[in-house]
Amino acid sequence: MKFYDETHECMDRPSLEKLQSERLVKLVEYEYNNVPAYRQKMDDAGVKPGDIKGIEDITKLPFTLKSDLRDNYPFGLFAVPIGQINRIHASSGTTGKQTVVGYTKEDLDIWADCISRGLVSCGINSGDMVHIAYGYGLFTGGIGVHDGATKLGCSVVPASSGNTARQVTLIEDFKPDAICCTPSYALFLAEELRKKGHTPDDISLKVGIFGAEPWSEAMRTELEKSLGIKACDIYGLSEIMGPGVACECAERKGMHLQEDHFLVEVINPETGEHVKEGESGELVFTTLTKKGFPLVRYRTRDISRVIYEKCSCGRTTARILKPSGRSDDMLIIRGVNVFPSQVETVLMEFSETSPYYMIYVDRQSNHDTMEVKVEMNEAFFSDKISDINSLEARLKARLNSLIGLSIGVTLVEPGTLPRFEGKSKHVVDNRKI
Amino acid sequence: MAGIRQISVFLSNQSGRLAEVTKLLADNNIDIIALSIADTAQYGALRIITDDNDKAIDILKNGNFVTKINHVLGIEIPNEPGALAKVLQAFDANEISVEYIYAFVGKSGINARVIIRVNDNEHASEVLKSIGIGLITEDDILKK
Ligand SMILES: [Zn+2]
Repeated sequence: MKFYDETHECMDRPSLEKLQSERLVKLVEYEYNNVPAYRQKMDDAGVKPGDIKGIEDITKLPFTLKSDLRDNYPFGLFAVPIGQINRIHASSGTTGKQTVVGYTKEDLDIWADCISRGLVSCGINSGDMVHIAYGYGLFTGGIGVHDGATKLGCSVVPASSGNTARQVTLIEDFKPDAICCTPSYALFLAEELRKKGHTPDDISLKVGIFGAEPWSEAMRTELEKSLGIKACDIYGLSEIMGPGVACECAERKGMHLQEDHFLVEVINPETGEHVKEGESGELVFTTLTKKGFPLVRYRTRDISRVIYEKCSCGRTTARILKPSGRSDDMLIIRGVNVFPSQVETVLMEFSETSPYYMIYVDRQSNHDTMEVKVEMNEAFFSDKISDINSLEARLKARLNSLIGLSIGVTLVEPGTLPRFEGKSKHVVDNRKI
Repeated sequence: MAGIRQISVFLSNQSGRLAEVTKLLADNNIDIIALSIADTAQYGALRIITDDNDKAIDILKNGNFVTKINHVLGIEIPNEPGALAKVLQAFDANEISVEYIYAFVGKSGINARVIIRVNDNEHASEVLKSIGIGLITEDDILKK
């Protein structure tokens, strides 16, 4: 199977925009009539459902923010009575309350379709065995991908997360064709398989679909090399649906957005205005078909670019490039935007496994400074101090050229840097602003 | 492979770290036979040769130290002026580059014992043989 839903994945742009416009008009009316909190926002902005005649009118509508979800915890933004909600998921917030999302039966069906489209675009077909090592439970990753792979007709192995020794045995004995999990867990599994004497050639996996956390191109190369797979990125957030909002195809040149269900905008996070096509900005989504928990112009805080050229795989849908970071993760240092993921990318260029690092930002006499502390590992270490000095200098030069700032680099002993939980776990910002 | 195994350990330049390594080895009944440190303001590379390298490597790794094993050459030279210079001139003439050198105390006391880290151990061994300098093997220093 080349396409799961050729009609919607390969639509010409005018037909797609017409479909999106029809769906948007219906959605805004539905939202206005069924979600009092959003109706209030529209009333405050002085916009009525009748003002929205197509996607070109979307900028008239107010944004939905993460704080709106918190303010309406748990079910305040649902558009149907709770009895019509067929599934609830929740993600633990790093700041305060968890985010609760709900799906009608129809929503779940569409979600499974979106996942199936992604699986097929990465080269997975019905009859293939898919090992799912995302966590099952309130988190959308495990059950979401599970439903999609089931609908496609795959042999699903619902391994869930944890118990690595058992996961390795499952992979050895069942010989799955594909694996879905977080990229960092995949690296860990690859290392365990290597330790047991397996080579990329004797590992049965051919495709990996990784998501739920940011990862770099260097990590992709490492995963492809160590597991002998094609490693594809999947994008999603539970507020919009979960994994499968967008997914790479086998070309791996951006994640195809399921545009008939999700309308994307890219905005300047400061002004809220659209950036020029192809430029980097904050992704904003409108769910065009969701019934249980529809969202209009939801600000994701994810920073990325969206491109519209037809892909060589044949799909015409817009592609989201790998998010370069989160607008709330982004550091502005001497006017330069810096994402912790950039530091990780550089470290991965120098070492097979990314060493643990921390970024320290400070302000000394009105001058911002950035220092990266890196825990020494065996790949970096040498008995010759000149080798270590030169490694430090090369790391510094590479960071400087990639980020455009002079950045200090210090190598420290393993286990000596603090470990933090949460989204900004690699940053300590000591600036008092 | 020619030479003696040397264990290098990455240490941050915080006071007490060197003492911790030496104590860890001593607590495990391992003798340090030769030792040198190269350092910068922030960190250093400690290089040691012990009388039980296998055990020392295990203990250091379990202690979460970053280690590296290299083969270095141990030689015994007469304890007299010009002996080391003769060795270095021979290396120079044969285009063998020396990364670093340090001395260690031999039990015999008559000859000086020196550790040399070169870029090519095989070639260096041949050169040493040709000028009549004998190599110390790991067996010579290991715990009997
Ligand atoms: Zn494509």
